Amino acid sequence: MTAATDAPAGLDVPRHHAFSRFCRAFAKRPAGLAGLGLLVAFGVLALAAPLFIGDDQLNVIKVDGPQLSPPVDGYPLGTDQAGRSVLLLVIWGARESLSIGLIATALTVVLGSAVGLLAGHYQGWIGKILMHVTDWFIALPSLPLAISLSAVLGQGAASITIAIAVTSWTATARLVRAQTLSVEARPFIERAKVLGAGNTQIMIRHVLPNVMPLILVSSTLTVASAILSEATLTFLGLGDPTSVTWGSMLQAAFLGGAVTAGAWWYLMPPGIAILIVVLGFTLVGRAVEHVLNPRMVGR
Amino acid sequence: MSSLTAAGPAKAKGQGVKRSDLLPYLGSKLAAALVSFMVTLVIGFVIFSLMPADPVRTLTRGRPTSEAQLVQVRLQLGLDDPIWQRFLTFVGNTLKGELGYSWQFQQSVSSLVLDRLGPTLLLMGTAAAVSIALGLWLGIRSGWRHGSLFDRIASSSSLMLWSVPTFWLGMILLIAFSVGLGPIPSLLPAGGMSDPSLPQEGWAHIVDVAKHLVLPCLTMVLVVFAQYVTVMRSSIIDEMGSPYLLTARAKGLTDDAVRRRHAVPNALLPSVTMIFMHLGILVSGAITVESVYSWPGLGYLTYEALRIPDLPLLQGTFIVFSASVIIMNLLADVVYRFLDPRVRAQ
Repeated sequence: MTAATDAPAGLDVPRHHAFSRFCRAFAKRPAGLAGLGLLVAFGVLALAAPLFIGDDQLNVIKVDGPQLSPPVDGYPLGTDQAGRSVLLLVIWGARESLSIGLIATALTVVLGSAVGLLAGHYQGWIGKILMHVTDWFIALPSLPLAISLSAVLGQGAASITIAIAVTSWTATARLVRAQTLSVEARPFIERAKVLGAGNTQIMIRHVLPNVMPLILVSSTLTVASAILSEATLTFLGLGDPTSVTWGSMLQAAFLGGAVTAGAWWYLMPPGIAILIVVLGFTLVGRAVEHVLNPRMVGR
Repeated sequence: MSSLTAAGPAKAKGQGVKRSDLLPYLGSKLAAALVSFMVTLVIGFVIFSLMPADPVRTLTRGRPTSEAQLVQVRLQLGLDDPIWQRFLTFVGNTLKGELGYSWQFQQSVSSLVLDRLGPTLLLMGTAAAVSIALGLWLGIRSGWRHGSLFDRIASSSSLMLWSVPTFWLGMILLIAFSVGLGPIPSLLPAGGMSDPSLPQEGWAHIVDVAKHLVLPCLTMVLVVFAQYVTVMRSSIIDEMGSPYLLTARAKGLTDDAVRRRHAVPNALLPSVTMIFMHLGILVSGAITVESVYSWPGLGYLTYEALRIPDLPLLQGTFIVFSASVIIMNLLADVVYRFLDPRVRAQ
């Protein structure tokens, strides 16, 4: 008994049809396509970076460029205090910034979905307690909590990732719980119960596939805020001091006096890179939301 | 936190709610806020007292200490007491306003927090007022004519500004207006709250502080107002289809009057709740903005605590920030009850 054959009437078209219909609808949204294009470009650049950037361009001891110089020949975006090319740093920084953002999102989504599913399925005291816990976390201001957590866990990518996940799972949990409640009210769940499906089977085989699209939409928006949080936490000095990310570039620029030196070429590129990636994820997320939710038409 | 859930049952009771329900309502909200605060304390205790591997080592880091001294410090800090006892001491001290002793300032955390409270309130208050006014106004305008050129410009610029890291925007504004860039001369001071060479009182001081306030406040407004535009815009759009607007138009009211007198008051309700619920954003903004502009508030204090890291100080700012957000949420619940005639007594 697969989830597909259990799907309610109206969804009984094979999955790949639904998927290609989704793609066609998405292709009609220029903003979403533009966002996707930006993300693909950045993704390719980040993946290909090791092909054209080596240690001798990133190692502060080995580089020989002019120090904190505005854009000149050979350094199209200028250089930092150590003489490294800002352009290469921004490209290299994409690797860690994007991967922390994606991993933190994966953690957030797994945590949030688990809590949401459990709270929606077990509507007794378990659900109540879980929702109370969610509400308490929503009430806490997220940045102070994230700062405290990663300060205690120590500098580094791992503690930042954990801090982001712990502070941002609540939105997913609420969303998934609401959706779980509505899915569980449908007749096919009752049928599964009558046929003897256990709690785990209902949650994993029947509810989860129906909640999945929503989870994916909310996760694209989560990536956007996770990348922003990563940059903020790293800027505040919680990141790994040796690695290159957009946040750590901005931190180095700030502490190294790039602001007083008026070194706009050093500050602009990482910020614009963050802006583009966050915007890309937000545009894609919104486009997917529009396609999946007909109520949003005209918004 | 619970403002939305609170509206649910109250609305369900509908017109039957009486004025005499006010006290129990306030009581339950107050109890919920207290529980939230206790949970904050538990989380704070877990993070700052249970998670660090060995506070004594951190405290005596880099200093030669004998084994006997270490034991002495452990005893002083009460680290060998059972966990529940340590937790009760911690809660008792916090309720008495004793937030511990800062390692780097060699001063009690509460006095540090009190010193820095004023500047933060000034910055956050100004930024909140400006961004709420701007955000609501833009949201109303663009929601009312959604799809228009004005709407598209307002929506896309708020989306852009939402995607920008606050601290980066702060640094860019610093370069542009304080350091001066190309033809732009240095217009505004770069950091701090006042110029120490000027007198610290009187009219000149007020002007000086105002000058220092412009850039941090602008940075926060630019990042925060976008949220309010989105919320207000979508709640106006939600109201657009309502029959009462058709009635108002059928009465022959001008478009402007329909918007101002009928649509806006109704659309404001969810927005007010959302604004209070999103106060955490203002707190985050305060931390990053104050760090960039060395504004001597709680956010900058957090930044200073982070660099050591000075755990008691960090714990103090965490508790103060959380408590203020909880209080604001409580306030939102109360305000909502007075704003929404469906909840209020007839």
